[in-house]
Amino acid sequence: MKPDEAERGHSLWSDAWHRLRRNRLAIAGGILLIVLTLACAAGPIFSQSYEEQNLDLGAVPPSPQHWLGTDTLGRDLLSRILYGGRISLTVGLVATFVALAIGVTYGAVAGFIGGKVDSVMMRLVDILYALPFAIFVILLMVFFGRNIFLLFFAIGAVEWLTMARIVRGQVMSIKRMEFIEAARALGLGRRRIIFRHLIPNVLGPVIVYTTLTIPAVMLLEAFLSFLGLGVQAPMSSWGVLIKDGSEKMEEFWWLLVFPGALFSLTLFSLNFLGDGLRDALDVRASKD
Amino acid sequence: MIRFVVQRLLQTIPVVWVIITATFFMIRFVPGGPFTAEKAVTPEIMRNLEAHYGLNKPLYKQYLDYCGKILHGDLGPSFKYPTRSVNEIIAEKLPVSVELGLLSLAVALGVGLPLGVIAAIKRNTWIDYVCSSFAMVGICIPTFVMGPLMILLFAIHFGWFNASGWYGPIDRVLPSLTLGMVYAAYVARLTRGGMLEVLSQDYIRTARAKGASEARVILKHSLRGGLTPVVSFLGPAIAGIVTGSFVIETIFQIPGIGREFVNSAFNRDYTLVLGTVVLYAGFIIGMNLVVDVVQVWLNPKLKFE
Repeated sequence: MKPDEAERGHSLWSDAWHRLRRNRLAIAGGILLIVLTLACAAGPIFSQSYEEQNLDLGAVPPSPQHWLGTDTLGRDLLSRILYGGRISLTVGLVATFVALAIGVTYGAVAGFIGGKVDSVMMRLVDILYALPFAIFVILLMVFFGRNIFLLFFAIGAVEWLTMARIVRGQVMSIKRMEFIEAARALGLGRRRIIFRHLIPNVLGPVIVYTTLTIPAVMLLEAFLSFLGLGVQAPMSSWGVLIKDGSEKMEEFWWLLVFPGALFSLTLFSLNFLGDGLRDALDVRASKD
Repeated sequence: MIRFVVQRLLQTIPVVWVIITATFFMIRFVPGGPFTAEKAVTPEIMRNLEAHYGLNKPLYKQYLDYCGKILHGDLGPSFKYPTRSVNEIIAEKLPVSVELGLLSLAVALGVGLPLGVIAAIKRNTWIDYVCSSFAMVGICIPTFVMGPLMILLFAIHFGWFNASGWYGPIDRVLPSLTLGMVYAAYVARLTRGGMLEVLSQDYIRTARAKGASEARVILKHSLRGGLTPVVSFLGPAIAGIVTGSFVIETIFQIPGIGREFVNSAFNRDYTLVLGTVVLYAGFIIGMNLVVDVVQVWLNPKLKFE
C-alpha cells in the first residue's frame, strides 16, 4: 500500500464498494445484469427478426439455426426473448424511477413537515395500502387505454407506497440532527433543506430499496401481461412470452421454460445485488 | 388492551368509508358499463335493466343508496350474475379461497420457519447457503412460471395429479404448494434475519450461561423475539392469501374469490368490484390490528398506545 493511499480518508461510498466487491453473489448478479442488458440492447440488431413469421416452419424445438427454438408462428424465440427483455427491463427501470420520484418526495415532505400534514399524508398511504392494487391498476389501464407510457405510470403509481414510508422514517430521524439545525440557522428555505440536505442523506436505504423495487415492478408488469393488459403484439415482453408459453406448454415446453428461466435469472441477479448493497451500505433490514 | 382495540376499530371506520367512496366513483368514471357487452339489447330493455338496478338515478343518489345498504351488510345485487347477490357470491367463493390460503399458509410456515431457523443457527456455512438460496428460488420464480411448470412436470409428465380442477383432496396439493412456496421463501428470509438479530442479544448469552440446552435457547428464548419481523409480514400476507390469488386460481381452475377481483373489474360489475374491495380492505385492516396485538404479546417491551 502506498503511503498516501493509507492516509486518504474512507468515504461511506468507498467503504461500501470494498464490502460489495467481497460479496461474490452480488458481483455475479451485477455482471449478469450488465451482460443481459447489453444482450437485450444490442442482440436484436444482430439476430433474426423478432416479428418475421415463418408459418411453414411452425414451432420447432431448439436447433442450431434457432438456439432456443421457434414459436407457433415460426418466429425465433431467442430474438423474441431479447427483444422482450428490452421492454421488461425498460418497464422495470422507468416505472421504478416513477415510484422513486413520487415516494421519495412524498416521504421527505411528510417526514420533514411532520405534525398534522404528516398524519394526513400517511393516513392516505394507509388507505392506498388497503386497496387491492390489481383493481386499481386495471382501472387505470382500462381508463387510459393500453399505452406503454401509462403502463409505466400505473405501475409506478402503486409501487411508491413502501418507499414513501421508508423515506419518511429516515427523514424523521435525520431532521433532528445538528447539521439540519445549522442549515436552518443559516436561513435556508424548506425546499433547499429537503432537496440538498435531507434527501442526499437518506440515499443508502433508498438505493437498497430501489434495487428491490425493480424486481417487484417487473413481476407486476408480467402479472399485467398475464391478465392481457401488457404490451400488444407484435411487441412482446417477458411477461407476454411467459403467458403465451404457459398456454402452449403441453406441446412446446421450450416456449415456457426459456422465457421463464431468463426472467427468474434476472430477478435472482437483482435480488442478490440488492442484498449485497444492503450489507455493504449497512442498512437495517427495516421495511417500515 | 380492549381500549386499544376499540380505539383502533373506531379509527378504521373513516378509512373504510374513504375506500368505498373512492372505489365507487373511480369505477364509474371508467368507460363502459355492466351491460355494454350484451349484444342485441334494445334501448327499451336497456332502460328497464338500468331502472331495475337503479342505474338511471343520479350518481349521488346511487351512492347514497349504496351507503345505506352497506350499513345493513347488504352489498347489493351482482350485475354480471343476474339473480345473485354479491353477498351470495362471496359466501360461495370465499371459503374455497380461504381453504387454499390456509393450506398454503401451512406450507409457508412448515417450510419457511425451520429453514430460517436452521440458516440462522448455521450462519455462513454451506447449510445456510443452501437454505438461503432455496428461499431466493421461491422469491424469484413467479407463480405464473412455477404453476405451469408444476403442472407440466407432476400432472402431465408423471401423471400424479390432475392438471386443474378443485374436486378431491388431491387437487389441493399442487396449488397450495405453488402458492405456499412464495410465502415460505419470505418467511424463511425474515425468520433468518430476526433470529440473527436476537441471537446476538445479551439475554441469549445469559440463558446459555445459566446452562440452558441449545434447543431450549433456540425454541424458548430466541424464537419468540426472532418472529417479530415474520409476524409483521404475515399480517398483510394472510389477508392477501385468504382472499385468493388470481394467478393460482386461473392456472389451476379453482372457483375461488381471487378471480372475481380481476374479472369484476373487467366486467364493470360495479357492486362486485366494491364488494371485493371492501372484503379485502376489511381483511387487511383486521389483520394489521391482530399483528399489533400479537406484537405486544411477543415483545413485552412494547405497550399498547
